[in-house]
Amino acid sequence: MDARVKPAVAPADYLLHLADNALVLGQRNAEWCGHAPVLEEDLAMANQALDLIGQARLLYQLAATRLNAEGARMRPSAWPAGPVTEDTLAYFRDDRDFRNYTLQELPHNPGLVPAAGGTRDWGVSIVRNFFYATLMEMVWGQLAQSADTELAAIAAKSLKEVRYHVRHARDWLLRLGDGTAESHRRVQAAVDYLLPFTAEFWSAGAVDAQAALAGVDVPALRTAWEHAVDAALQEATLKRPPAVDGYVPQGKQGVHSEHLSYLLADMQSLARAHPGAVW
Amino acid sequence: MSTQPALKDWPLWEVFVRSKQGLEHKHCGSLHASDSAHALQMARDVYTRRQEGVSIWVVPSHLIAASDPEDKELMFDPASDKIYRHPTFYDIPDEVGHM
Repeated sequence: MDARVKPAVAPADYLLHLADNALVLGQRNAEWCGHAPVLEEDLAMANQALDLIGQARLLYQLAATRLNAEGARMRPSAWPAGPVTEDTLAYFRDDRDFRNYTLQELPHNPGLVPAAGGTRDWGVSIVRNFFYATLMEMVWGQLAQSADTELAAIAAKSLKEVRYHVRHARDWLLRLGDGTAESHRRVQAAVDYLLPFTAEFWSAGAVDAQAALAGVDVPALRTAWEHAVDAALQEATLKRPPAVDGYVPQGKQGVHSEHLSYLLADMQSLARAHPGAVW
Repeated sequence: MSTQPALKDWPLWEVFVRSKQGLEHKHCGSLHASDSAHALQMARDVYTRRQEGVSIWVVPSHLIAASDPEDKELMFDPASDKIYRHPTFYDIPDEVGHM
């Protein structure tokens, strides 16, 4: 083998971006557990949350292996002693260290969606899942062909899961958009609120350069993504809100909304209060 | 916020699942769903999340005509003394296998 040709390996920071996206949305969607409109959908949302948390675990495990191999990297003092593990990465990094899209961390009924009902709005969760899953079906599809064989194996597994997530969210989008006047009004409000956050998918950031190394050009997926979203919105009798030229969220660069810290506090406090606890 | 109206409108579906080892779809329960695609999706999440199945059927419950439990005697008891209807008086070659 030519010594100059190094085996293709996705940078650990890119694995963390993928893992954080999955973990944060998994944690958010798990908030529906026991609260979904009907029992069957409670299970459906929890199933998908577990798919996402499962993806996050595999990605954190792979990232931990690579970080331990690198060795020299600066370790935050808050991290537990010993080798980096999936738990270190999920429970001991702070909000600024998380590289997930801002979209993932938003609550289910932000006050900014005036039509949202209750403390969780099903329409908001469905629209977010649809936007994200539609992107990830394309991303996992390309990463399944990655020269990084370990990442490709995770992608192949995740691709099956995300195809179901797309179907679930898309069916609900149609059902709500083309449903009652009330469901139409609320899901339209969710689209209007959330669509601008997807601008972050396409902005140039450090993780996108790393993504290209792993074998996927995310901004190049935009045309296909917009097409898939427009087709679904049209079928659901929903309108695409006018494009806004404004602030583009920067969660993937570690600059988050105020909501992530609360989510992490909820998720991390037990592990931090009792490091190494087993339950 | 009320979720009552939608639930009242959703029809009932009977769910049949074919397990990996099973030869035919077996009835495993019922659920309320807005349409057949929705019923299939819910059935997948409720009845196959522990790898119970490889195929699902859903059928609107109102399309199933059922015998009346009151008719049990006249429907089924007359068969009880006709053992000659069981194919136990034939020799089945081994090559036929499971019947």
